Amino acid sequence: MSADYVEWLRREGRIVIVGASLAGLRAAETLRAEGFAGELTLIGDEPYEPYDRPPLSKSVLLGKASPRHTELPHRRETDAKWRLGVAATGLDLTAKRVRLADGDEVEYDRLLIATGVRARPWPKEDEARLDGVCLLRTRDDASDLCRRLKAGPRRVFVIGAGFAGSEIASACREMGLAVTVAERAGAPLVGALGGVIGAVAADLQTENGVDLRTHVTVTALEGDAVGRVRAVHLSDESVVEADVVVVSLGSQRNTDWLAGSGLGAGPRGVACDAGCRAFDFRGIVTDDVFVAGDVARSPHALFGYQFLSLEHWGNAVAQAETAAHNMICRGAERRPHLWMPAFWSSMFGVNIKSVGVPPMGEQLMITQGSLAERRFVGVYGHQGRVVAAVSFDNTRWLEFYARQIERGAPFPVEFPTMDRRPEGRQPVAADFPDPSLPTHGPTVTLSGYSPADQQLVFHPARH
Amino acid sequence: MRLVVDLNKCQGYAQCAFLAPDVFAMHGEEALIYNPHAPEEQRERLARAVAACPVQAITADGLGGMGETDTQAAREASDVR
Repeated sequence: MSADYVEWLRREGRIVIVGASLAGLRAAETLRAEGFAGELTLIGDEPYEPYDRPPLSKSVLLGKASPRHTELPHRRETDAKWRLGVAATGLDLTAKRVRLADGDEVEYDRLLIATGVRARPWPKEDEARLDGVCLLRTRDDASDLCRRLKAGPRRVFVIGAGFAGSEIASACREMGLAVTVAERAGAPLVGALGGVIGAVAADLQTENGVDLRTHVTVTALEGDAVGRVRAVHLSDESVVEADVVVVSLGSQRNTDWLAGSGLGAGPRGVACDAGCRAFDFRGIVTDDVFVAGDVARSPHALFGYQFLSLEHWGNAVAQAETAAHNMICRGAERRPHLWMPAFWSSMFGVNIKSVGVPPMGEQLMITQGSLAERRFVGVYGHQGRVVAAVSFDNTRWLEFYARQIERGAPFPVEFPTMDRRPEGRQPVAADFPDPSLPTHGPTVTLSGYSPADQQLVFHPARH
Repeated sequence: MRLVVDLNKCQGYAQCAFLAPDVFAMHGEEALIYNPHAPEEQRERLARAVAACPVQAITADGLGGMGETDTQAAREASDVR
Protein backbone atom coordinates (compact mmCIF):
# COMPACT_ATOMS: atom_id res chain seq x y z
CA MET A 1 0.00 0.00 0.00
CA SER A 2 1.53 3.27 -1.05
CA ALA A 3 2.36 5.78 1.63
CA ASP A 4 0.55 8.46 -0.33
CA TYR A 5 -2.70 6.53 -0.16
CA VAL A 6 -2.45 6.11 3.60
CA GLU A 7 -1.65 9.80 3.99
CA TRP A 8 -4.64 10.71 1.88
CA LEU A 9 -6.88 8.23 3.74
CA ARG A 10 -5.92 9.65 7.11
CA ARG A 11 -6.55 13.18 5.91
CA GLU A 12 -9.77 12.90 3.92
CA GLY A 13 -10.72 9.27 3.42
CA ARG A 14 -14.10 7.76 4.33
CA ILE A 15 -14.27 5.07 6.98
CA VAL A 16 -17.49 3.20 7.66
CA ILE A 17 -18.01 1.08 10.76
CA VAL A 18 -20.91 -1.37 10.65
CA GLY A 19 -21.97 -2.27 14.18
CA ALA A 20 -22.49 0.44 16.80
CA SER A 21 -21.75 -1.40 19.99
CA LEU A 22 -18.64 -1.75 22.16
CA ALA A 23 -16.22 -2.66 19.35
CA GLY A 24 -17.63 -0.09 16.92
CA LEU A 25 -17.43 2.74 19.45
CA ARG A 26 -13.91 1.94 20.65
CA ALA A 27 -12.73 1.64 17.03
CA ALA A 28 -14.19 5.06 16.21
CA GLU A 29 -12.47 6.60 19.22
CA THR A 30 -9.15 4.97 18.35
CA LEU A 31 -9.33 6.21 14.75
CA ARG A 32 -9.71 9.79 15.98
CA ALA A 33 -7.11 9.34 18.73
CA GLU A 34 -4.61 8.21 16.12
CA GLY A 35 -5.25 11.16 13.86
CA PHE A 36 -7.89 10.08 11.38
CA ALA A 37 -9.40 13.34 10.14
CA GLY A 38 -11.66 12.05 7.35
CA GLU A 39 -15.33 11.17 7.30
CA LEU A 40 -16.45 8.58 9.83
CA THR A 41 -19.83 6.82 9.72
CA LEU A 42 -21.21 4.34 12.24
CA ILE A 43 -24.14 2.13 11.30
CA GLY A 44 -26.18 0.27 13.93
CA ASP A 45 -29.42 -1.67 13.69
CA GLU A 46 -30.58 -0.75 17.18
CA PRO A 47 -31.95 2.76 17.74
CA TYR A 48 -29.67 3.29 20.75
CA GLU A 49 -26.19 4.65 21.02
CA PRO A 50 -23.58 2.07 22.07
CA TYR A 51 -24.38 0.48 25.41
CA ASP A 52 -22.71 -2.05 27.64
CA ARG A 53 -24.17 -5.56 27.71
CA PRO A 54 -22.56 -7.37 30.67
CA PRO A 55 -24.66 -5.47 33.25
CA LEU A 56 -27.87 -6.58 31.51
CA SER A 57 -27.68 -10.08 33.00
CA LYS A 58 -26.22 -8.90 36.32
CA SER A 59 -26.73 -5.39 37.79
CA VAL A 60 -29.79 -4.73 35.66
CA LEU A 61 -31.62 -7.95 36.55
CA LEU A 62 -30.73 -7.40 40.19
CA GLY A 63 -32.35 -3.97 39.99
CA LYS A 64 -29.09 -2.11 40.70
CA ALA A 65 -29.15 -0.38 37.33
CA SER A 66 -31.71 0.55 34.74
CA PRO A 67 -31.58 -1.17 31.34
CA ARG A 68 -31.96 2.29 29.81
CA HIS A 69 -28.80 3.53 31.47
CA THR A 70 -25.96 1.32 30.39
CA GLU A 71 -24.69 3.59 27.59
CA LEU A 72 -20.95 3.35 27.28
CA PRO A 73 -18.86 6.31 28.36
CA HIS A 74 -16.99 7.98 25.53
CA ARG A 75 -13.24 8.19 25.75
CA ARG A 76 -13.11 11.11 23.36
CA GLU A 77 -15.11 13.00 20.77
CA THR A 78 -15.61 10.85 17.67
CA ASP A 79 -17.17 13.48 15.40
CA ALA A 80 -18.92 10.67 13.56
CA LYS A 81 -22.07 10.46 11.53
CA TRP A 82 -24.34 8.01 13.33
CA ARG A 83 -26.85 5.98 11.36
CA LEU A 84 -28.74 4.26 14.16
CA GLY A 85 -31.85 2.12 13.89
CA VAL A 86 -30.99 0.98 10.39
CA ALA A 87 -29.36 -2.37 9.65
CA ALA A 88 -26.76 -2.98 6.99
CA THR A 89 -28.21 -5.46 4.49
CA GLY A 90 -25.49 -5.95 1.94
CA LEU A 91 -21.91 -5.26 0.92
CA ASP A 92 -20.51 -4.59 -2.53
CA LEU A 93 -16.76 -5.16 -2.27
CA THR A 94 -16.03 -3.93 -5.78
CA ALA A 95 -17.97 -0.69 -5.61
CA LYS A 96 -16.99 -0.32 -1.92
CA ARG A 97 -20.51 0.28 -0.74
CA VAL A 98 -22.62 -0.83 2.21
CA ARG A 99 -26.34 -1.24 1.50
CA LEU A 100 -28.78 -0.27 4.23
CA ALA A 101 -32.24 -1.54 5.14
CA ASP A 102 -33.79 1.83 4.27
CA GLY A 103 -32.51 1.53 0.69
CA ASP A 104 -29.65 3.95 1.17
CA GLU A 105 -26.06 3.13 0.30
CA VAL A 106 -22.89 4.33 2.03
CA GLU A 107 -19.54 4.44 0.24
CA TYR A 108 -16.30 3.75 2.04
CA ASP A 109 -12.60 3.75 1.44
CA ARG A 110 -12.07 1.43 4.39
CA LEU A 111 -14.69 -0.61 6.20
CA LEU A 112 -14.78 -2.12 9.68
CA ILE A 113 -17.23 -4.96 10.31
CA ALA A 114 -18.21 -5.14 13.98
CA THR A 115 -21.71 -6.58 13.75
CA GLY A 116 -21.28 -8.96 16.69
CA VAL A 117 -23.70 -11.74 17.52
CA ARG A 118 -27.36 -12.06 18.36
CA ALA A 119 -29.17 -14.39 20.72
CA ARG A 120 -30.11 -17.73 19.20
CA PRO A 121 -33.91 -17.76 19.26
CA TRP A 122 -36.13 -20.68 20.22
CA PRO A 123 -36.22 -22.71 16.99
CA LYS A 124 -39.99 -23.32 16.86
CA GLU A 125 -41.37 -19.98 15.75
CA ASP A 126 -44.94 -20.38 16.96
CA GLU A 127 -43.67 -21.33 20.41
CA ALA A 128 -41.10 -18.54 20.41
CA ARG A 129 -43.91 -16.04 19.85
CA LEU A 130 -45.75 -17.03 23.03
CA ASP A 131 -46.08 -14.24 25.54
CA GLY A 132 -43.53 -14.80 28.31
CA VAL A 133 -40.85 -16.39 26.12
CA CYS A 134 -37.82 -14.09 26.36
CA LEU A 135 -34.28 -13.69 25.14
CA LEU A 136 -31.56 -11.69 26.86
CA ARG A 137 -29.11 -9.97 24.58
CA THR A 138 -30.24 -6.43 23.92
CA ARG A 139 -31.35 -3.52 26.05
CA ASP A 140 -34.95 -4.08 24.94
CA ASP A 141 -34.70 -7.75 25.94
CA ALA A 142 -33.45 -6.70 29.38
CA SER A 143 -36.27 -4.17 29.88
CA ASP A 144 -38.83 -6.80 28.95
CA LEU A 145 -37.35 -9.50 31.19
CA CYS A 146 -36.95 -7.08 34.13
CA ARG A 147 -40.59 -6.10 33.88
CA ARG A 148 -41.68 -9.73 33.87
CA LEU A 149 -39.48 -10.68 36.81
CA LYS A 150 -40.69 -7.72 38.84
CA ALA A 151 -44.27 -8.82 38.23
CA GLY A 152 -43.49 -11.86 40.40
CA PRO A 153 -43.94 -14.90 38.16
CA ARG A 154 -44.67 -18.19 39.90
CA ARG A 155 -41.72 -19.86 38.18
CA VAL A 156 -39.04 -18.83 35.70
CA PHE A 157 -37.69 -21.46 33.33
CA VAL A 158 -34.23 -20.95 31.83
CA ILE A 159 -33.31 -23.03 28.77
CA GLY A 160 -29.53 -23.46 28.68
CA ALA A 161 -27.02 -23.24 31.53
CA GLY A 162 -24.20 -21.31 29.91
CA PHE A 163 -22.92 -18.13 31.54
CA ALA A 164 -25.94 -16.02 30.61
CA GLY A 165 -28.46 -18.67 31.64
CA SER A 166 -26.69 -19.26 34.95
CA GLU A 167 -26.47 -15.52 35.66
CA ILE A 168 -30.19 -15.19 35.01
CA ALA A 169 -30.92 -18.08 37.37
CA SER A 170 -28.71 -16.44 39.99
CA ALA A 171 -30.56 -13.12 39.68
CA CYS A 172 -33.92 -14.90 39.96
CA ARG A 173 -32.86 -16.63 43.18
CA GLU A 174 -31.65 -13.34 44.61
CA MET A 175 -35.06 -11.90 43.87
CA GLY A 176 -36.62 -14.87 45.63
CA LEU A 177 -38.16 -16.30 42.47
CA ALA A 178 -38.56 -20.02 41.82
CA VAL A 179 -36.39 -21.00 38.87
CA THR A 180 -35.79 -24.16 36.85
CA VAL A 181 -32.76 -24.48 34.59
CA ALA A 182 -32.57 -27.12 31.85
CA GLU A 183 -29.26 -28.10 30.28
CA ARG A 184 -28.53 -30.66 27.58
CA ALA A 185 -25.05 -31.38 28.97
CA GLY A 186 -24.34 -32.92 32.37
CA ALA A 187 -23.74 -29.62 34.20
CA PRO A 188 -23.81 -25.85 33.78
CA LEU A 189 -20.90 -24.11 32.00
CA VAL A 190 -19.48 -27.33 30.52
CA GLY A 191 -19.06 -25.83 27.07
CA ALA A 192 -16.84 -23.08 28.44
CA LEU A 193 -15.12 -24.71 31.41
CA GLY A 194 -15.60 -28.50 31.17
CA GLY A 195 -17.39 -31.03 33.33
CA VAL A 196 -15.12 -30.91 36.40
CA ILE A 197 -15.70 -27.19 36.93
CA GLY A 198 -19.25 -27.64 35.68
CA ALA A 199 -19.94 -29.94 38.63
CA VAL A 200 -18.93 -27.12 40.99
CA ALA A 201 -21.28 -24.76 39.17
CA ALA A 202 -24.05 -27.36 39.48
CA ASP A 203 -23.59 -27.56 43.27
CA LEU A 204 -23.62 -23.78 43.42
CA GLN A 205 -26.97 -23.70 41.65
CA THR A 206 -28.70 -26.45 43.60
CA GLU A 207 -27.49 -25.14 46.96
CA ASN A 208 -28.94 -21.77 46.06
CA GLY A 209 -32.30 -23.32 45.40
CA VAL A 210 -32.24 -23.63 41.61
CA ASP A 211 -34.18 -26.60 40.26
CA LEU A 212 -31.40 -27.76 37.93
CA ARG A 213 -32.23 -30.41 35.32
CA THR A 214 -29.29 -31.78 33.36
CA HIS A 215 -29.03 -34.27 30.49
CA VAL A 216 -32.41 -33.02 29.28
CA THR A 217 -33.62 -30.95 26.38
CA VAL A 218 -36.76 -28.92 26.05
CA THR A 219 -39.12 -30.56 23.58
CA ALA A 220 -41.97 -28.07 23.57
CA LEU A 221 -43.24 -24.83 25.06
CA GLU A 222 -46.94 -24.95 25.83
CA GLY A 223 -49.18 -21.90 25.69
CA ASP A 224 -52.59 -21.22 27.15
CA ALA A 225 -55.74 -20.14 25.31
CA VAL A 226 -54.63 -16.48 25.10
CA GLY A 227 -51.12 -17.22 23.88
CA ARG A 228 -49.19 -16.95 27.14
CA VAL A 229 -46.58 -19.56 27.92
CA ARG A 230 -47.69 -21.82 30.75
CA ALA A 231 -45.54 -24.97 30.73
CA VAL A 232 -42.31 -26.45 29.43
CA HIS A 233 -42.08 -30.05 28.22
CA LEU A 234 -38.79 -31.88 28.68
CA SER A 235 -37.20 -34.86 26.95
CA ASP A 236 -37.50 -36.94 30.13
CA GLU A 237 -41.27 -36.50 29.74
CA SER A 238 -41.56 -34.20 32.73
CA VAL A 239 -43.58 -31.01 32.47
CA VAL A 240 -42.69 -27.85 34.38
CA GLU A 241 -45.20 -25.05 34.79
CA ALA A 242 -43.66 -21.62 34.30
CA ASP A 243 -44.89 -18.21 33.24
CA VAL A 244 -41.55 -16.81 32.11
CA VAL A 245 -39.24 -18.83 29.86
CA VAL A 246 -35.81 -17.42 29.07
CA VAL A 247 -34.17 -18.91 26.00
CA SER A 248 -30.43 -18.86 26.64
CA LEU A 249 -29.02 -21.02 23.89
CA GLY A 250 -25.92 -19.07 22.98
CA SER A 251 -25.59 -16.84 20.00
CA GLN A 252 -25.41 -16.60 16.26
CA ARG A 253 -22.96 -14.42 14.39
CA ASN A 254 -24.40 -11.52 12.46
CA THR A 255 -22.98 -12.36 9.06
CA ASP A 256 -26.22 -12.88 7.10
CA TRP A 257 -25.94 -9.42 5.58
CA LEU A 258 -22.60 -10.43 4.05
CA ALA A 259 -24.06 -13.34 2.06
CA GLY A 260 -23.01 -13.11 -1.54
CA SER A 261 -20.53 -10.31 -0.84
CA GLY A 262 -17.53 -12.53 -1.53
CA LEU A 263 -16.15 -12.20 1.99
CA GLY A 264 -15.12 -15.31 3.94
CA ALA A 265 -18.13 -14.94 6.22
CA GLY A 266 -20.37 -17.64 7.62
CA PRO A 267 -21.93 -19.07 10.78
CA ARG A 268 -18.56 -19.02 12.51
CA GLY A 269 -17.94 -15.37 11.79
CA VAL A 270 -15.77 -13.42 9.40
CA ALA A 271 -12.30 -14.88 9.01
CA CYS A 272 -9.43 -12.42 9.16
CA ASP A 273 -5.67 -12.34 9.52
CA ALA A 274 -3.88 -11.43 12.74
CA GLY A 275 -4.03 -7.79 11.66
CA CYS A 276 -7.87 -7.90 11.53
CA ARG A 277 -8.00 -7.76 7.72
CA ALA A 278 -10.93 -9.81 6.43
CA PHE A 279 -10.41 -12.77 4.12
CA ASP A 280 -12.53 -13.19 1.05
CA PHE A 281 -14.15 -16.57 0.33
CA ARG A 282 -11.05 -17.69 -1.58
CA GLY A 283 -8.90 -17.16 1.50
CA ILE A 284 -7.26 -14.06 0.05
CA VAL A 285 -6.79 -11.18 2.42
CA THR A 286 -8.54 -7.92 1.60
CA ASP A 287 -6.82 -4.68 2.35
CA ASP A 288 -9.75 -2.36 2.87
CA VAL A 289 -12.14 -4.49 4.94
CA PHE A 290 -11.38 -5.09 8.62
CA VAL A 291 -13.20 -7.06 11.32
CA ALA A 292 -13.35 -6.76 15.11
CA GLY A 293 -15.26 -8.10 18.09
CA ASP A 294 -17.56 -11.10 18.46
CA VAL A 295 -18.08 -11.50 14.72
CA ALA A 296 -14.35 -11.79 13.94
CA ARG A 297 -12.42 -15.03 13.72
CA SER A 298 -8.68 -14.64 13.75
CA PRO A 299 -5.62 -16.85 14.18
CA HIS A 300 -3.76 -16.67 17.49
CA ALA A 301 -0.08 -17.54 17.72
CA LEU A 302 -0.31 -18.63 21.36
CA PHE A 303 -2.93 -21.24 20.57
CA GLY A 304 -1.40 -23.01 17.59
CA TYR A 305 -2.71 -20.40 15.14
CA GLN A 306 -6.23 -21.64 15.80
CA PHE A 307 -8.84 -19.29 14.42
CA LEU A 308 -10.56 -18.03 17.54
CA SER A 309 -13.94 -16.35 17.72
CA LEU A 310 -14.17 -14.80 21.15
CA GLU A 311 -17.40 -13.49 22.60
CA HIS A 312 -15.46 -11.58 25.21
CA TRP A 313 -15.90 -7.97 26.26
CA GLY A 314 -12.15 -7.40 26.47
CA ASN A 315 -11.61 -8.87 23.02
CA ALA A 316 -14.09 -6.43 21.49
CA VAL A 317 -12.14 -3.52 22.98
CA ALA A 318 -8.65 -4.79 22.13
CA GLN A 319 -9.49 -6.01 18.65
CA ALA A 320 -11.30 -2.77 17.81
CA GLU A 321 -8.24 -0.79 18.87
CA THR A 322 -5.92 -2.96 16.79
CA ALA A 323 -8.20 -2.93 13.75
CA ALA A 324 -8.61 0.85 13.92
CA HIS A 325 -4.86 1.34 14.25
CA ASN A 326 -4.15 -0.96 11.31
CA MET A 327 -6.82 0.67 9.14
CA ILE A 328 -4.93 3.93 8.99
CA CYS A 329 -1.34 2.64 9.03
CA ARG A 330 1.24 1.62 6.52
CA GLY A 331 2.02 -2.10 6.39
CA ALA A 332 5.14 -2.03 8.54
CA GLU A 333 3.43 -0.11 11.34
CA ARG A 334 0.58 -2.56 11.68
CA ARG A 335 0.13 -4.61 14.83
CA PRO A 336 -1.16 -8.14 15.25
CA HIS A 337 -4.16 -8.76 17.49
CA LEU A 338 -2.74 -11.21 20.01
CA TRP A 339 -4.91 -10.42 23.00
CA MET A 340 -4.89 -12.91 25.84
CA PRO A 341 -8.47 -14.24 25.98
CA ALA A 342 -10.09 -13.37 29.30
CA PHE A 343 -13.62 -13.18 30.63
CA TRP A 344 -15.59 -12.90 33.82
CA SER A 345 -18.93 -13.85 35.21
CA SER A 346 -20.51 -13.60 38.60
CA MET A 347 -23.29 -15.79 39.87
CA PHE A 348 -24.58 -16.71 43.30
CA GLY A 349 -22.07 -14.28 44.77
CA VAL A 350 -19.07 -16.09 43.24
CA ASN A 351 -16.65 -14.28 40.97
CA ILE A 352 -15.68 -16.52 38.04
CA LYS A 353 -12.84 -15.47 35.80
CA SER A 354 -10.76 -17.11 33.17
CA VAL A 355 -7.69 -16.46 31.01
CA GLY A 356 -6.60 -18.34 27.92
CA VAL A 357 -8.76 -20.85 26.07
CA PRO A 358 -10.14 -23.48 28.48
CA PRO A 359 -11.98 -25.58 25.84
CA MET A 360 -8.61 -26.26 24.26
CA GLY A 361 -7.40 -28.02 27.40
CA GLU A 362 -7.79 -31.76 27.78
CA GLN A 363 -6.58 -31.82 31.34
CA LEU A 364 -7.19 -29.78 34.43
CA MET A 365 -5.19 -29.32 37.59
CA ILE A 366 -6.39 -27.48 40.68
CA THR A 367 -3.37 -25.45 41.75
CA GLN A 368 -4.82 -23.24 44.47
CA GLY A 369 -7.70 -23.70 46.87
CA SER A 370 -10.17 -26.52 46.48
CA LEU A 371 -13.21 -27.40 44.45
CA ALA A 372 -15.15 -28.25 47.60
CA GLU A 373 -14.72 -24.73 48.98
CA ARG A 374 -15.56 -23.22 45.59
CA ARG A 375 -12.54 -21.01 45.92
CA PHE A 376 -9.82 -22.23 43.62
CA VAL A 377 -7.69 -21.81 40.53
CA GLY A 378 -7.86 -24.53 37.89
CA VAL A 379 -5.19 -24.73 35.18
CA TYR A 380 -5.90 -26.31 31.80
CA GLY A 381 -3.26 -28.18 29.81
CA HIS A 382 -3.02 -29.07 26.14
CA GLN A 383 -0.15 -31.14 24.69
CA GLY A 384 2.11 -30.49 27.66
CA ARG A 385 1.50 -26.74 27.81
CA VAL A 386 -0.56 -24.45 30.01
CA VAL A 387 -3.32 -22.99 27.79
CA ALA A 388 -5.85 -21.56 30.26
CA ALA A 389 -6.76 -20.98 33.87
CA VAL A 390 -10.04 -20.38 35.64
CA SER A 391 -10.63 -18.95 39.07
CA PHE A 392 -13.59 -19.02 41.43
CA ASP A 393 -13.16 -16.17 43.93
CA ASN A 394 -9.41 -16.24 43.42
CA THR A 395 -8.89 -13.69 40.70
CA ARG A 396 -5.58 -12.26 41.81
CA TRP A 397 -3.74 -15.36 40.61
CA LEU A 398 -4.93 -15.07 37.04
CA GLU A 399 -2.38 -12.48 36.00
CA PHE A 400 0.32 -14.99 36.97
CA TYR A 401 -1.26 -17.71 34.86
CA ALA A 402 -1.70 -15.35 31.91
CA ARG A 403 2.09 -14.95 31.94
CA GLN A 404 2.50 -18.74 32.16
CA ILE A 405 0.32 -19.16 29.07
CA GLU A 406 2.31 -16.52 27.18
CA ARG A 407 5.50 -18.28 28.09
CA GLY A 408 4.26 -21.71 27.00
CA ALA A 409 4.86 -23.04 30.52
CA PRO A 410 4.82 -26.83 30.86
CA PHE A 411 1.76 -28.76 32.00
CA PRO A 412 1.24 -30.43 34.46
CA VAL A 413 2.46 -27.41 36.42
CA GLU A 414 5.49 -28.27 38.51
CA PHE A 415 5.89 -25.28 40.81
CA PRO A 416 4.85 -25.62 44.42
CA THR A 417 2.24 -23.15 45.63
CA MET A 418 1.74 -21.55 49.00
CA ASP A 419 -1.81 -22.71 49.06
CA ARG A 420 -3.16 -26.04 50.20
CA ARG A 421 -3.90 -28.43 47.40
CA PRO A 422 -6.35 -30.98 48.76
CA GLU A 423 -7.08 -32.09 45.19
CA GLY A 424 -3.50 -33.31 44.99
CA ARG A 425 -0.92 -32.69 42.31
CA GLN A 426 -2.33 -34.92 39.61
CA PRO A 427 -4.12 -33.50 36.61
CA VAL A 428 -7.53 -34.93 35.79
CA ALA A 429 -9.45 -34.99 32.52
CA ALA A 430 -11.14 -31.59 32.12
CA ASP A 431 -14.18 -33.36 30.68
CA PHE A 432 -15.29 -31.15 27.82
CA PRO A 433 -18.17 -32.44 25.75
CA ASP A 434 -17.50 -33.91 22.33
CA PRO A 435 -17.30 -30.78 20.13
CA SER A 436 -19.34 -32.51 17.44
CA LEU A 437 -22.35 -32.73 19.75
CA PRO A 438 -24.57 -29.69 19.83
CA THR A 439 -24.76 -27.78 23.09
CA HIS A 440 -25.33 -24.13 23.89
CA GLY A 441 -22.53 -22.08 22.40
CA PRO A 442 -19.36 -21.66 24.41
CA THR A 443 -17.96 -18.16 24.51
CA VAL A 444 -14.95 -19.31 22.53
CA THR A 445 -15.33 -21.02 19.21
CA LEU A 446 -12.36 -23.06 18.15
CA SER A 447 -12.41 -23.43 14.44
CA GLY A 448 -10.11 -24.42 11.66
CA TYR A 449 -7.17 -26.73 12.16
CA SER A 450 -4.01 -26.02 14.00
CA PRO A 451 -0.85 -26.64 11.96
CA ALA A 452 0.07 -29.27 14.56
CA ASP A 453 -2.98 -31.35 13.67
CA GLN A 454 -2.81 -33.86 10.87
CA GLN A 455 -6.51 -34.11 10.25
CA LEU A 456 -6.36 -32.98 6.66
CA VAL A 457 -4.06 -34.22 3.96
CA PHE A 458 -3.93 -32.14 0.84
CA HIS A 459 -2.83 -33.76 -2.43
CA PRO A 460 -2.38 -31.21 -5.19
CA ALA A 461 -3.35 -32.45 -8.66
CA ARG A 462 -0.46 -33.81 -10.79
CA HIS A 463 -0.10 -32.45 -14.28
CA MET B 1 -22.43 10.35 34.22
CA ARG B 2 -21.71 7.14 32.38
CA LEU B 3 -19.17 4.71 33.55
CA VAL B 4 -17.89 1.29 32.74
CA VAL B 5 -15.60 -1.05 34.63
CA ASP B 6 -13.26 -3.40 32.82
CA LEU B 7 -14.05 -6.39 35.00
CA ASN B 8 -11.22 -8.37 33.40
CA LYS B 9 -8.88 -5.90 35.10
CA CYS B 10 -10.89 -5.60 38.32
CA GLN B 11 -9.32 -7.61 41.11
CA GLY B 12 -11.86 -6.86 43.78
CA TYR B 13 -9.74 -4.41 45.80
CA ALA B 14 -13.05 -2.71 46.67
CA GLN B 15 -11.50 0.77 46.82
CA CYS B 16 -14.34 2.05 44.65
CA ALA B 17 -17.00 0.44 46.84
CA PHE B 18 -15.40 2.17 49.82
CA LEU B 19 -15.12 5.59 48.19
CA ALA B 20 -18.41 5.62 46.25
CA PRO B 21 -20.71 3.10 47.93
CA ASP B 22 -23.79 4.40 46.12
CA VAL B 23 -22.24 3.55 42.76
CA PHE B 24 -20.17 0.43 43.46
CA ALA B 25 -20.90 -2.58 45.62
CA MET B 26 -19.32 -5.96 46.15
CA HIS B 27 -21.42 -8.92 45.13
CA GLY B 28 -20.04 -11.76 47.21
CA GLU B 29 -16.42 -11.58 48.26
CA GLU B 30 -14.79 -10.62 44.99
CA ALA B 31 -17.30 -9.68 42.32
CA LEU B 32 -18.15 -6.04 41.71
CA ILE B 33 -21.49 -4.70 40.59
CA TYR B 34 -22.01 -1.07 39.79
CA ASN B 35 -24.52 1.42 38.53
CA PRO B 36 -23.33 2.40 35.03
CA HIS B 37 -25.31 5.63 35.21
CA ALA B 38 -24.06 7.48 38.26
CA PRO B 39 -26.11 10.46 39.41
CA GLU B 40 -24.53 13.89 39.10
CA GLU B 41 -24.17 14.35 42.87
CA GLN B 42 -21.77 11.39 42.88
CA ARG B 43 -19.29 13.19 40.64
CA GLU B 44 -16.74 13.90 43.33
CA ARG B 45 -16.89 10.42 44.84
CA LEU B 46 -16.76 8.81 41.42
CA ALA B 47 -13.69 10.83 40.50
CA ARG B 48 -12.00 9.63 43.67
CA ALA B 49 -12.95 6.03 42.95
CA VAL B 50 -11.58 6.27 39.41
CA ALA B 51 -8.31 7.68 40.73
CA ALA B 52 -8.05 5.15 43.56
CA CYS B 53 -8.57 1.98 41.54
CA PRO B 54 -5.24 0.11 41.83
CA VAL B 55 -5.66 -1.43 38.37
CA GLN B 56 -7.29 1.61 36.71
CA ALA B 57 -10.26 -0.43 35.58
CA ILE B 58 -12.88 2.34 35.70
CA THR B 59 -13.64 4.59 32.74
CA ALA B 60 -16.10 7.41 33.25
CA ASP B 61 -17.01 10.31 31.04
CA GLY B 62 -17.91 13.74 32.19
CA LEU B 63 -15.17 13.87 34.80
CA GLY B 64 -13.50 16.85 33.19
CA GLY B 65 -10.78 15.30 31.07
CA MET B 66 -9.52 12.97 33.74
CA GLY B 67 -10.58 9.79 31.99
CA GLU B 68 -9.09 11.15 28.81
CA THR B 69 -5.63 11.46 30.30
CA ASP B 70 -5.84 7.97 31.70
CA THR B 71 -6.84 6.53 28.35
CA GLN B 72 -4.03 8.37 26.66
CA ALA B 73 -1.52 7.06 29.17
CA ALA B 74 -2.90 3.54 28.82
CA ARG B 75 -2.63 3.68 25.06
CA GLU B 76 0.95 4.93 25.22
CA ALA B 77 1.76 2.09 27.58
CA SER B 78 0.23 -0.45 25.22
CA ASP B 79 2.06 1.06 22.26
CA VAL B 80 5.36 0.60 24.01
CA ARG B 81 4.52 -3.01 24.62
